[in-house]
Amino acid sequence: MPETLARTPLYALHVELGARLVPFAGWEMPVQYTGIIEEHLAVRRTAGLFDVSHMGEARVRGADAATFLDGIMTNEMASIRIGTARYTVMCQPDGGCVDDLIVYRLAETEFLICLNASNAPKDIAWMRSLIGKAKVEIIDECNDWAQLALQGPLAEQILATLTSLPLATLKRFAFVIGEVAGAAGCIVSRTGYTGSPGFEIYLPSTSADKVARALLAAGRPLGLIPTGLGARDSLRLEAHYPLYGHEISERISPIQAGLGWTVKFAKPAFVGREALARQAEGGPPSSVILFSLDDRRIARQGAAIFAGEISVGEVLSGTLSPLLNKPIGTALVAAGYAGSADLCVDIRGHRIPLHIATAPFVK
Amino acid sequence: MSNVPADLRYTKDHEWIRLDADGTATIGITDHAQAALGDVTFVDLPKAGKIFAHGDVFGTVESVKAASDLYSPVACEILEANGALNNAPDLVNREPYTCAWMIRVKVTNPAELAALLDAAGYSAVL
Repeated sequence: MPETLARTPLYALHVELGARLVPFAGWEMPVQYTGIIEEHLAVRRTAGLFDVSHMGEARVRGADAATFLDGIMTNEMASIRIGTARYTVMCQPDGGCVDDLIVYRLAETEFLICLNASNAPKDIAWMRSLIGKAKVEIIDECNDWAQLALQGPLAEQILATLTSLPLATLKRFAFVIGEVAGAAGCIVSRTGYTGSPGFEIYLPSTSADKVARALLAAGRPLGLIPTGLGARDSLRLEAHYPLYGHEISERISPIQAGLGWTVKFAKPAFVGREALARQAEGGPPSSVILFSLDDRRIARQGAAIFAGEISVGEVLSGTLSPLLNKPIGTALVAAGYAGSADLCVDIRGHRIPLHIATAPFVK
Repeated sequence: MSNVPADLRYTKDHEWIRLDADGTATIGITDHAQAALGDVTFVDLPKAGKIFAHGDVFGTVESVKAASDLYSPVACEILEANGALNNAPDLVNREPYTCAWMIRVKVTNPAELAALLDAAGYSAVL
């Protein structure tokens, strides 16, 4: 059966801007406009505007919403303050990841959850299967919302020209709701997936085109350019943010991915707790490392990692870091090798030494 | 639309060949190829003296998105690889038909040249 690709409300704008559109998670999305490296550097130096409307949204509300979420998420949910958001993982009983998510607390008994595009239907079905007797309803709002990510050191200056919302006092992982470029009901959140400062804006799908054009018009003179999923991937990798299907997946747990800080064992019960506790205590069978190469070849997903002649893992993500101007990536390596000083990656028959990074390449 | 100079020959694999009177040829990738690859970050080329048959992989061109093999359009012996691309692989994006030539070769079986596409033939496969 031929796959029909979904289009975001900004499709016409992407075509106008000369984007290269590619299939991604069932959507026809812009991978680049002018070039991945130029777009990447714009986000680090000025600002970039991403259409991330493919991301899914679900509203969880009801008297038991907070306790329900605490039972299915690894991070603490009941303690999220209204007007703030928290990053979390949702696990299977065996500790594998169903998805990683950002949970926004809208009210005492109401949350909005941002889901990965490729996982949205699975996530919603998974959450509904776990409701049991909880007084909670889960509303699929994937088609109601568009999402823009305005990222870069000038993001605040640009956004401030189009809204009277209090951006200057908005802390990281806090959000406000109001009007942007004349569009009501926008959620403006100081979050992002780039490692640069900026905002994610959830807005009614019907307003997306108008707001995106207003942002581009306001920001162009300051260096804002439209940025695509190619730059989004290289930016998130420099910042060592995981991507579902790469650093986390149904076979890679948050403990393996280095996301132990999102797993709150102090909570009495949540799906995956026992399996994750065993991994945290005994050490996981393999774990994710971040690396760079002193070479021009990029180590790509699936490339084998060697310690001497022993195959000890594989690359999960790889790209060229425009900031370092050298290849970077992540790999899953067997227990005992994550701190090894002499790992190599095989790239088309060339053995290239890995330099393991102990911190993200951008702070 | 991509640029297809009239004075070059082409392959369906998006390589161009400039034939010189002395039996040598210069080979690179087309404007269409560089645009499809996106930002080129690395070009892996063979050393002088290496010999390739028609269709052999003679090198790799790598962009942020993917690594792609380069196919020898004719049987040839490498005379020289373009060292400028080591330090400036982005020349491939900017000047695919001039500064970003990849290899200069001796054509060892000139009969194969007849199978190459001319500009009109290459434009038709784009």
